Amino acid sequence: MDIIVFVKEVPDMEKVKFDRERGVIDRSSASAQINPFDLNALQTAVDIKEEVGGNITAVSMGPSSAEDSLKEAIARGADDAILLTDTAFAGADTWATSFILASAAKKIGEFDLIICGEMSVDGDTAQVGPQAAEFLDIPHVAFVWDIDNIGEDSLDVKTDMWSSSYLQRLKLPGMITVTKDINTPQLPSLQNKMKAKKAEITSWGLEDFADMDIVDDDVGLSGSYTRVKNIVVPPETSRDSKIWDGYQQAMDELVDLLVEKRRL
Amino acid sequence: MDRNLSGVMVYAEQNEGEIHPVSYELLQKGGQLAEALDEELIAVVLGPEDLQAEELIYRGANRVYHIHDERLSEPDLIAYKKNLEYYITDKIQPEIILLGATPFGRSLAPRLAIAVDSGLTADCTDLQIDEEDDRLIQIRPAFSENILAHIKSTSDLQMATVRYQEFAEAERDENLEGEIIKEAAKISEDSGLEILEKLSGQDVNITEEDVIVAGGKGLKNPEDFTLLEDLAEILGGELGASRDVVDEDFISKEHQVGYSGHRVKPAIYIAAGISGAPQHLAGMKEADTIIAINNDPSAPIFEHCDYGIVGNLYEVVPVLIEQLKEARDRGD
Repeated sequence: MDIIVFVKEVPDMEKVKFDRERGVIDRSSASAQINPFDLNALQTAVDIKEEVGGNITAVSMGPSSAEDSLKEAIARGADDAILLTDTAFAGADTWATSFILASAAKKIGEFDLIICGEMSVDGDTAQVGPQAAEFLDIPHVAFVWDIDNIGEDSLDVKTDMWSSSYLQRLKLPGMITVTKDINTPQLPSLQNKMKAKKAEITSWGLEDFADMDIVDDDVGLSGSYTRVKNIVVPPETSRDSKIWDGYQQAMDELVDLLVEKRRL
Repeated sequence: MDRNLSGVMVYAEQNEGEIHPVSYELLQKGGQLAEALDEELIAVVLGPEDLQAEELIYRGANRVYHIHDERLSEPDLIAYKKNLEYYITDKIQPEIILLGATPFGRSLAPRLAIAVDSGLTADCTDLQIDEEDDRLIQIRPAFSENILAHIKSTSDLQMATVRYQEFAEAERDENLEGEIIKEAAKISEDSGLEILEKLSGQDVNITEEDVIVAGGKGLKNPEDFTLLEDLAEILGGELGASRDVVDEDFISKEHQVGYSGHRVKPAIYIAAGISGAPQHLAGMKEADTIIAINNDPSAPIFEHCDYGIVGNLYEVVPVLIEQLKEARDRGD
């Protein structure tokens, strides 16, 4: 099975600090890493390949430094990696991002399955995967937490929709976005680490898409359908806390409160 | 604007004929926007033939499209997308489209946005009309909820998904009148998706709970969640958890509260052994009453709770359970 995995490089969100006084995001102490959900996507691809064979191509849009994340994708089991990098791609919203990712999939040509993480931890929209599927006119299932069966030209997957879980059959070529519950990402093997070190990352810029009639206006900020107009720092929410040191004095009041609220 | 778009359209999600409450929340907010623009409020519901479409009129919609088909009784997202695309482009031509940010809505909206040539903003917590140009300001939290981004679409059509339980429901009034257009779905060809089986439902949905008793790094072993479970049970609630203990497989992800888990708004949130990292606070700071138990007096959770006990949860929680049981048995 020919699999494409979309990967995003993000800052380590646990280390991103927010300077409330200046109203700016401080990423200086946050190193770049592969979006955690994309590790589950890569592992899903590796598991499928192990079962039915095939080829895994990791694709990312980002600055040239994102090459490091694609090398890690190779260390984690991708066979090839393509970085979409061009100053023209900068400032893209989910529309422009999914457009260039979908165009890259078209340029790759033959594929059976695209796998994405359910969302990125820095953007948090969960939009790019389904949007790319629409550009490619292939069906998708989002938030997949289990793969039940890998068929010749279909994939049976489990997902949560409405108030239930469903087993759905996805016709291939198709796309899934996966949650953290689908697997536990494995650490790269030493052998794969060595392979990643030597790997050549293919790089595609805007001019590589000229044969598809894609121009400056279609990508990056100018190809985006939304603009951030303003950033507002909401007032800090703090509560009038009543703190007890030790629980003896606290119990009476807390029990009364809980009994009243819950009508015990 | 080169197209003549008008009206605020609400996509009403239904589940086996039951309209999802987020639809009524969207009608409330959508009604405000429609009034500000002096335009119509339109609801679209897709699903089985027998559903209570008039409920959407009672909640303020001026016009309701009820599109029915066997296939739409199941969450066949592609069939939904194709039919919505047809109605939006050929029939309704609205200026604004709102969808609930449920799992189905978050999967459907991105596809639909591309299909109908619209910008899309995810998980909005507020929507306003800019008085200067009558365009929609889409407000969403970003970076662990530290900032609010105000976003506008550059496309003529404007779309947003809206968080569930962010807005109040529109009030129900049976005297309200409106037009219901009931039609068989136009498009029901093979979608590339097939629903094979509805699995026994998700066991846990903590976003609907009134009481959540959550545990974090202060718990030493996975089994220790049973202690919190006892407390949750007596209060009629469910277990929550911080990311650390979910990552450690102490408890399943359905219980995770926070930025990368669920956002909850229960009446009572008890945080036991949770330090209160911003990522966790993002998921529970809107609870009515927050009670924190932590042995570290400098834990940030104490700045964000209503009541806090500095103490060992392994001592505090059993006493709390004991006294609650006594109070319950006394009947006071």
